[in-house]
Amino acid sequence: MSDNHDSDGWFDKPENVKKMLRVFYVICGLLVLVDFMVHRHIYHDWENIPAFYAIYGFIGCVVLVLIATEMRKYLMRGEDYYDE
Amino acid sequence: MNSVIPFLPLLLGALAAIVLRGWLRNLIMIVAPILGAINLMGMDHGVFWSLEFMGYALEPVKVDKLSLMFGYLFHLASLIAVIYALHVKDTVQHVSGLAYAASAVGAVFAGDLLTLFIFWELLALTSVFLIWARRTDRAYSSGIRYLIIQILSGVLLLVGLLIFAQVNNSLLFTHIGLQHEGIAQLGAWLIFFGFGIKCAFPFMHNWLTDSYPEATPSGTIFLASFTTKVAVYAFARGFPGEEILVWIGVTMACFPIFFAVIENDLRRVLAYSLINQIGFMIVGIGIGTALALNGAVAHAFNDVIFKGLLMMTMGAVLHMTGKINGSELGGLYKSMPKTTVLCIVGAASISAFPLFSGFVSKSMIMAAAVSEGYDVVWLLLLFAAAGVFHHAGIKIPYFAFFAHDSGIRTTEPPKNMLIAMTLAAVACVVLGTFPAQTVYALLPWEHNYQPYDVTHVLTQLQLLFFSALAFVWLNLKNMYPPELPSTNLDADWFYRKLAPAVVKRVASTTYGAYVSVENSVILSVKRMVQNSYDAEAGQPKGYFAKLWPTETMVVWVAILLVVYLLFYYLH
Repeated sequence: MSDNHDSDGWFDKPENVKKMLRVFYVICGLLVLVDFMVHRHIYHDWENIPAFYAIYGFIGCVVLVLIATEMRKYLMRGEDYYDE
Repeated sequence: MNSVIPFLPLLLGALAAIVLRGWLRNLIMIVAPILGAINLMGMDHGVFWSLEFMGYALEPVKVDKLSLMFGYLFHLASLIAVIYALHVKDTVQHVSGLAYAASAVGAVFAGDLLTLFIFWELLALTSVFLIWARRTDRAYSSGIRYLIIQILSGVLLLVGLLIFAQVNNSLLFTHIGLQHEGIAQLGAWLIFFGFGIKCAFPFMHNWLTDSYPEATPSGTIFLASFTTKVAVYAFARGFPGEEILVWIGVTMACFPIFFAVIENDLRRVLAYSLINQIGFMIVGIGIGTALALNGAVAHAFNDVIFKGLLMMTMGAVLHMTGKINGSELGGLYKSMPKTTVLCIVGAASISAFPLFSGFVSKSMIMAAAVSEGYDVVWLLLLFAAAGVFHHAGIKIPYFAFFAHDSGIRTTEPPKNMLIAMTLAAVACVVLGTFPAQTVYALLPWEHNYQPYDVTHVLTQLQLLFFSALAFVWLNLKNMYPPELPSTNLDADWFYRKLAPAVVKRVASTTYGAYVSVENSVILSVKRMVQNSYDAEAGQPKGYFAKLWPTETMVVWVAILLVVYLLFYYLH
């Protein structure tokens, strides 16, 4: 996958990254499609929502990152804060 | 079969490492955990060794399924950690690493609270050298803080067990629980908090995030494996089914992921995710059904391996580049491809990808939460599971090995490090793919559980892929918080900044007051002396200064006689 030439690693080429992301999007799409075809066991009412796990995962992570970014305003200090 | 006391092989290994050098020491250090594990296989269940101490029956070694499971785990973990540390030419680390592992094994086989206490403190005393072995000022003071908090945990345990010995007239370590009458209630809570500190409960967790990232690259592997897992074991035996643990656990599972997202030191990110994973285990113990408890100990088992693997890859990065901050790393996949792949295996395991170890144990806890009607807990754990993938599964590999090219060019770490990481990676896949033959076979409680069905695999993949999608989307929109050189405030701010500042303030005010009082006293004494001396006459002022010493004496004798006379008449 990687070669010894310095600056041209596989992930350094934007077109490679784009290709990979496209594959990734397709998998995401397929996972949602499969959700409508496979009969799922339901343990919990919430799971009746179509693609519940996908929506929950996405929203959960966005909220996580937004809150964490907000936390930085209050919590972030210099690297040597405790050594001063 | 003839067996010896479980912790003995590791302890002898540690003692041998003090005197041996070179390949012989390496050999002994590798053989010790292997022999120890073989020794465990030959042990029968029941009390292995008992004695009496001050009228109390003690069982320093007691074997059952729960302790055996942790016993095997600790031997496996110490084998991997020892192999990882072979290239290090540092007797301190080798000896304390093995002695620390021996203490952990001793603790999980302790049948009474006194023996548990002894190993509890030995865990702290042997492990702190792994932090100090970094030999920096930061590591030194971090180690001191670590030691203080760990010893405090032991002291709470000691007071609690003394109360229990008094009330129950027994020291045996069985179910403790929190429902008691009178003073025993206090004892139970003290033991609970003693365990809780070692388990990194919220607000008591900073010893972990403070010290683990300051230890040496190989020392952290030992540290991440033992202390917290001994505490999980202790909770599983002493407090199963206590509902408060569910809520504590779910807090532990959720809050560290926010810190992990903005933390720059990648080993500290892993320390936060360590707390998050213990949260899952604590929830399982709190639910307390057979499935939940099995899930908790299975997850402890898997966590040691995959967290060890992730810590090892980051240790390798630190060892090879001297850097561990996300802001300084990136692009290492080109020069460390093997480490990259191993790190991704660890990331997949901690994120609970199907076929990797986290999947088969985390799902047990989730299933137990749903079946016991803990809806909110289940939703929060689901959030935490997505969050784990976000920070440990994506952030760690991404910022270390991919992201922008930092320009660092290095090589793969030494062979022994690669072998240790490969062992752990293989274990992750084997445990995840064949759970029934491996970790499930060791589970202490009777319960059948099948992790692999279509629903489960599908929903988990949806959760993970869409968490990844969120990462991609945020990154493309430039909304992902960049890695910045920083320190983030956490609960340790209270004792590292606030308390010292308050103490300093109080002390300096007190000292200032003292100094000003002292000065004014000295000044007034000086003034008195000056006022009582007549500089022109060259003699002191005042009545007695004018008299000869004999005359002064006569005056005093006269006064004495008057006083005597007065008393005589008054009497």
